[in-house]
Amino acid sequence: MGMKLGSQSFEGYRRENGRMGVRNHVIILPVDDLSNAACEAVANNIKGTLAIPHSYGRLQFGADLELHFRTLIGVGANPNVAGVVVIGIEPGWTGRIVEGIARTGKPVEGFWIEQHGDIATVANASRAAYRLLKHASRIKRSKAPLSELWVSTKCGESDTTSGLASCPTVGNAFDKLWENGNTLVFGETTELTGGEHLVKARCRTPEIAAQFQAMFDRYQGVVEANKTNDLSESQPTKGNIEGGLTTIEEKALGNIQKIGKKCLVDGVIDKAEVPTGSGLWFMDSSSAAAEMVTLCAASGYAVHTFPTGQGNVIGNPILPVIKITANPRTMRTMSEHIDVDVTGILQKSMNMDDAGEALLDCIVRTADGELSAAEILGHREFSLTRLYESA
Amino acid sequence: MTIHFVVHDEHDSVGVVVVEGLKSRQPLTGWIMDQDKMIEFTAKSDIPIGHKLAIRDIAAGDTIIKYGVDIGRAVAPIGAGEHLHVHNVKTKRW
Repeated sequence: MGMKLGSQSFEGYRRENGRMGVRNHVIILPVDDLSNAACEAVANNIKGTLAIPHSYGRLQFGADLELHFRTLIGVGANPNVAGVVVIGIEPGWTGRIVEGIARTGKPVEGFWIEQHGDIATVANASRAAYRLLKHASRIKRSKAPLSELWVSTKCGESDTTSGLASCPTVGNAFDKLWENGNTLVFGETTELTGGEHLVKARCRTPEIAAQFQAMFDRYQGVVEANKTNDLSESQPTKGNIEGGLTTIEEKALGNIQKIGKKCLVDGVIDKAEVPTGSGLWFMDSSSAAAEMVTLCAASGYAVHTFPTGQGNVIGNPILPVIKITANPRTMRTMSEHIDVDVTGILQKSMNMDDAGEALLDCIVRTADGELSAAEILGHREFSLTRLYESA
Repeated sequence: MTIHFVVHDEHDSVGVVVVEGLKSRQPLTGWIMDQDKMIEFTAKSDIPIGHKLAIRDIAAGDTIIKYGVDIGRAVAPIGAGEHLHVHNVKTKRW
């Protein structure tokens, strides 16, 4: 590329609410764990649809329940999704998710199992999935300016090469996308520990800085209240330590290279909230890969960038996940998981600007329809964040 | 020319090994990224790829600097060229 991003475009799917998606999924979405079997049966009947099984949705309450609804509604509303079949055990919460998704204008149909049983529910829901897949197959890709692409980031199984090269590669691309007016997000609240002052200094206004600090302090409180040691082997993970990262501070300083050198933090959002404007958003979130990427999908992001050191293999059912590594051992042993090889940075055969361009090029190709490594390998990790115990 | 280790900033205490199979007493070429300078060094430990070597002598209790920022404290003395990791450095947080 090398040209101004303002002249760049991609070909995606224009949704009813105006948002641009890069995939055209018809998903079969369970409200609760009890409905996974019916959803999987529907997806088995109607090839080309995708069930999204998960473990929760029963007896949750308060903020934890609100997050459950917000996440599932957000996933259904994501512009990478053309249509949704929702199945729950009972009509009340099923209807709430159907209504939430329907506000985008996209086709969504809800079914519940009580008073029907799995077999009739699967039959009826399969007919709906058939209609939705027919509808989705008629939608054609159309051109849009690159600025309409929402891009998220989160790294995983990081090592020291992440902070040296693969995270700065995302940072270089984010600086360019931010100047271009794209909508971006990063998060991983505890994984900023030791570098939080640097993120705070990048917040656009004192009000945003105060909001960020409050989110950071709240999450530190969770760690302080529940820890039994210094979180060694959890944060940093065993894989991080194997890869050479020693402390959370060192890991955090590598992590925050993803927000580049120029981007300002334009706002903060809670988990699975939808940003209200363009720019770089901070989402208060877990640093666990599948949880965070699932939350990005729920917030409406269309493509995810994922730097890794030791080789995290994550994908997501809704978002194409683009993996970047600078670790030559990971490239030697796990190359089928990597989309962008930036090992050359560590031998001075590739500069950071070239690496950023290579990533941007991959982002556009992926948005245009090229499959990411995780999509080809069938990685569809979907993980809901819980705030506390069920009732 | 092979770069054996990379340092973020010339004021840092550590460099990161970026090649596999690095052995003690091996002569090393290092690249200081921010200042774009090359340095020569000798390893005093076998150090795996991705792991750090001290690039100056460090006393127990000293703050370890990487990216120009505090990343923790030494809990044992670490000689220049030695392996620096969880056995001799701990977080100051949590």
